[in-house]
Amino acid sequence: MHELTAILVSMVLSATPLLLAASGELVTEKSGVLNLGVEGMMVVGAVVGFGVAFGTDSAIAGFAVAAIAGALMAALFAVLTLIFLANQVATGLALTIFGLGLSALMGKAYIGKTLPPVPHLHIPGISDIPLVGPLIFGENAMVYVSVAFVIAIAWYLSRTRSGLVLRSIGENHDAAHALGYPVRRIRFLAVLFGGAMSGLGGAYLSIVYTPLWTEGMTAGRGWIALALVVFSTWKPWRLLFGAYLFGFFSIAQLHAQGFAVPIAPEFLSMLPYLATILVLVIISRDAKRIRLNAPAALGKAFRATA
Amino acid sequence: MSIKRRDFIIGAGGAVAATSVLGMPYIARAADKLKAAWILVGPSGDMGYSYQHDLGRLAVQKELGDRVETHKVESVPEGADCERVLTQLANQGYGLIFTTSFGYMDQTIKVAKNFPKVKFEHATGYKRSANVATYNIRFYEGRTVQGTLAGHLSKSGIVGYVGSIPIPEVIMGIDAFTLAFRKIRPDGKVKVIYVNGWFDPGKEADAAKALIDQGADIICQHTDSPAPVQTAEARGAWAFGQSSDMAKFGPTHCVTSNVDNWAPYYVERTKMVLDGSWKSTDTWGGLAAGMLSMPTFNSHVPAAAAADGMKAYNDVKSGARHPFDGPVVDKSGATKVAAGANMPDGQIAGLNWYVQGVEGDLRS
Repeated sequence: MHELTAILVSMVLSATPLLLAASGELVTEKSGVLNLGVEGMMVVGAVVGFGVAFGTDSAIAGFAVAAIAGALMAALFAVLTLIFLANQVATGLALTIFGLGLSALMGKAYIGKTLPPVPHLHIPGISDIPLVGPLIFGENAMVYVSVAFVIAIAWYLSRTRSGLVLRSIGENHDAAHALGYPVRRIRFLAVLFGGAMSGLGGAYLSIVYTPLWTEGMTAGRGWIALALVVFSTWKPWRLLFGAYLFGFFSIAQLHAQGFAVPIAPEFLSMLPYLATILVLVIISRDAKRIRLNAPAALGKAFRATA
Repeated sequence: MSIKRRDFIIGAGGAVAATSVLGMPYIARAADKLKAAWILVGPSGDMGYSYQHDLGRLAVQKELGDRVETHKVESVPEGADCERVLTQLANQGYGLIFTTSFGYMDQTIKVAKNFPKVKFEHATGYKRSANVATYNIRFYEGRTVQGTLAGHLSKSGIVGYVGSIPIPEVIMGIDAFTLAFRKIRPDGKVKVIYVNGWFDPGKEADAAKALIDQGADIICQHTDSPAPVQTAEARGAWAFGQSSDMAKFGPTHCVTSNVDNWAPYYVERTKMVLDGSWKSTDTWGGLAAGMLSMPTFNSHVPAAAAADGMKAYNDVKSGARHPFDGPVVDKSGATKVAAGANMPDGQIAGLNWYVQGVEGDLRS
């Protein structure tokens, strides 16, 4: 029981940065824009979040400014791709490379510094219930925030008029434009939102997860977040499931090694990727439905016509 | 998929760094000015392994001033990418190139063949040629001191060891640690988790958490970020830092660190290239050579433990104690080193088996 609780609690903690970044990217992609710069926006969020939290002694301030920093990075991407119609794939890759370099430069002063640990929720009695207590009532605030975002995004996309407009733009920007919807403005906002969420995901790493700054500390999580969006077939609930599944196998394989399970560590390290892709592919094996759910205008440049 | 993309990005990062080398305006220089380059496997701000190499580079620049021009190329992936970066540097007129990670070995040898006038120095490898020297630190000497301290400090008798990848460099540390640990705690166990890479703070922290959840009250690491030390501090377990002094990340629980000190070697070798006395050699220095150092033990360590740890330190440094002094028995019970003998360097360098007390098995 103790083992399982430990694995599940760590699973939630390790899935949270992926969930934050991926749910933001999901909204961006639903509007028809493919931003491959998640890793770069995350790492800038990580360094800015750490710097602000370090300077102000406030984790909340750190997260807020990290979200702004992520959005600023995204704004750069939006200006290039939505206004100057640059290629989205190339611009996104460039944003990642730029973000990694910029964060290294900005972070020089913070190398070797640490932050105090962020408190976890503790409700006397309830948080001590075996398994459920620490898992549901004993996490840090950002875990609840990330889940709240998924719920809000799911509701927004499927239940609101504005969400419908955003999706319609992602499906066919020319038709949406003909109907009079401001394609460029809505996409710009969707990209900014994605950037802000990536910034939060990065800041979670540097403020909560390992409260320190080292260069390149996102270590590829932005790419995993991007992959999760695709494998969840752009569905928020499936994204939540996929992120936790990935988190579960990432942590479970470490525990398996600790128990000296006779499987090569190289294979165990591969397991989270393998298992997550396999499960998500099986859930969404109906190719027609994937095609229906993928934003049809994803990655295509929009030129306004009269 | 994500792995490939990630590797691509790291590769692209390396390419950008390399282009910045190429992009420098060419200025004719006096013939005696040596250009030296360092290839780093991680970012120089990793606060660990690559950071220490870069401190060595800065020491060379400071010591030799106008006579050298130093440059670093960061986050170069091990394997084919390194070959391209090395070739570019050699073409750019670099006369001395340090390749600082094991995975650059074959590429270093290959490129060196094409540039016989350029001197190459490969860290932690075993292949040499006329213009490729090798150098390494006897990190495992520090593990003997750590194991001794852990033997006194552990209450549960379980040590958690965050490993990178199962190669001899890492295994010799695990074995040396376990041998010293079990001299104090004969029933002690060492649990190893490999994170399959050198640098990923989040994953290193996950591994440390998993080990603590499984009962470890000591965390040892052979990865590059301070995350395991920080995790141990938060969870109240003792920890040993790696490569750099990581005391800042564990003010009350970081016992000490294995600190790499490449500077004296780098300065010496660069001087040799300048005065023409450079030869391909194999250097493997430890505590005695000053290439490995261990900062003062944490003041929270009980006096008796600290005293015994200090004795182990002094004995290993003076040569009175060999980290692999016999009898050394492997997990199957076979005696690998007889009582009264010490394991020869060649055998240490190729260690691919665990001693008794390490959980799990290595498969070949």
